[in-house]
Amino acid sequence: MASEEKHIILQARNLSVGYSKKSSETIIAEALNFSIEKGELVGLVGANGIGKSTLLRTLTGMQNALKGSIFLNGKDLKEYSSFQLATQLSVVLTEAPASKNLTVLEMISLGRQPYTNWIGSLSEADKKAINFALEATETIDLAQRKCFELSDGQMQRVAIARALAQDTPLIILDEPTTHLDLYHRAYVLKLLKNLAKATGKTIFFSTHEIDLAIQLTDKMLVMAKNETHFDEPCKLIENGNFETLFPQETIDFDSKTGRFTIRK
Amino acid sequence: MQAAPTYKLQFSLLFLAVIVAFLLNLSMGSVSIPFKEIISVFTGNGASKETWHYILMEYRLPKAITAMLAGGGLAISGLLMQTLFRNPLAGPFVLGLSSGASLGVAILILGASAFGGFFGTILLSQWSLVIASALGSFLVLLAVLAVTFRIKDTMAILIIGLMFGSVTTAVVSVLSYFSSAEQLQQYIFWSFGSLGNQSWQGVLILIICFVAGLALSIFSSKSLNALLLGENYAKSMGLHIKRTTFIIILATSILAGSITAFVGPIAFIGLAVPHLVRQVYKTSNHLILLPAVLLCGSLLMLICDTVAQLPFSEFTLPINAITSLIGAPVVIWLLVRKRKLFF
Repeated sequence: MASEEKHIILQARNLSVGYSKKSSETIIAEALNFSIEKGELVGLVGANGIGKSTLLRTLTGMQNALKGSIFLNGKDLKEYSSFQLATQLSVVLTEAPASKNLTVLEMISLGRQPYTNWIGSLSEADKKAINFALEATETIDLAQRKCFELSDGQMQRVAIARALAQDTPLIILDEPTTHLDLYHRAYVLKLLKNLAKATGKTIFFSTHEIDLAIQLTDKMLVMAKNETHFDEPCKLIENGNFETLFPQETIDFDSKTGRFTIRK
Repeated sequence: MQAAPTYKLQFSLLFLAVIVAFLLNLSMGSVSIPFKEIISVFTGNGASKETWHYILMEYRLPKAITAMLAGGGLAISGLLMQTLFRNPLAGPFVLGLSSGASLGVAILILGASAFGGFFGTILLSQWSLVIASALGSFLVLLAVLAVTFRIKDTMAILIIGLMFGSVTTAVVSVLSYFSSAEQLQQYIFWSFGSLGNQSWQGVLILIICFVAGLALSIFSSKSLNALLLGENYAKSMGLHIKRTTFIIILATSILAGSITAFVGPIAFIGLAVPHLVRQVYKTSNHLILLPAVLLCGSLLMLICDTVAQLPFSEFTLPINAITSLIGAPVVIWLLVRKRKLFF
């Protein structure tokens, strides 16, 4: 993408995330700075409880930033109405759809809601987008199945298809690889990679699959205890940023293979 | 992509069943009127006996229409509640909505003596019953909702709804302790539920409330579909959660409140009908579910009322008992067969 003009989709400036109650603020992560460009696949890694989900919830507008600002397409996130935001940003959450009675096709069609009329009827353009989502995620055969009949791997593909149908320049996924076996973890990440490449969409996801993310992503955001790094995976390895992720007396990072090993 | 099924066959069968049940309901009662005569009254030729004409037009027809409105309306409010709370057990009765309506009516009937005289009679007019009942159910729902915003666990919300129900029941018993036997009787007869004795004016009021509630439900159908994915997903697709929740609750309280005011608290229709419909219609799209639930609720209520008439006898059973007798086994049967209730 280096030859094309760089277009920044998502930018965080001196961002602090956490929870605020009436009197007190609990800062979970602070001084976050990063800029994500159009068409990039970006992985977010960090230990449990470091604030990955909090950061993603803040970026998707589900909770407010404590300090600093977020820019989506050059415009402050706060200035977006929820309706405008729905056409810019789609999400894949860790939670399953509330109703398992939905068919796959119905669930994916719901992704078109920001574009449909008041009663939700699908136009030709909507149908085209849904078809594209079905094909891209290879869920066409599942279209008439109910969500409760799906395996975890199939469910994840359907969730991604729903976000694709929403047709937004940015897709944010919260741990899309949890509960999946090795094959499906690789499948999902490869799917994201191909989607970013083929559609020019920017995809930002959190994951615990650090070694897979190193192999596939364009950039990574590494959240450690007191510092956050944002760069290309190979540069992060060079700088030794992965070593700080976990306590070193238990887990060691091998910079040659790009893998973590348990210290015996 | 396959076209979304339109369920034409199911809808026509259901519609036909409602018409048959409607005519059956009209022909049953303590006075037996030949079927031919009923057709002749409706085609404008009049009945051969003046009393038959009177019974049909002034008693049975308003009752049958009330039954359809009550069944359809309660079933719709059950569907709305199940989707809003994302819980298959939700319904106007379980969430304490009917208890709220009971409380409103109890305060009105039992408290009317406190105002006494002329003012007391105004208070007991049909409109005030509707308003008190709707207000009662609306307040309980608001309370349930206030809790909803604080607590994320839907099971907890259901338990809290049940608690509100107990509190209102307790207040009703305290009120009844201090009221006269006549007022108590009036209240207890209301709480048995009765579809009969509706004036055409009352039916008209019910129709107005029903249409308002139905219009709000149809207006919310897109939002209801989004809520099927859960609140966070719905929000990410541009849905205003608070506004949507308010409209859905408004629709439910208008429907359940007005129906409860006119026919008394009626159990199980709101809970059972949406589940029955989901067995036949393999969809979660509210645009299809809403009319289906409406028809199915009307059908079930007409059948319940026909049974309550105890055909060929002079007695009429309380409608509330019949809906429970039919509704509860249906829910148990569904649970045993499917092992899990979806919404």
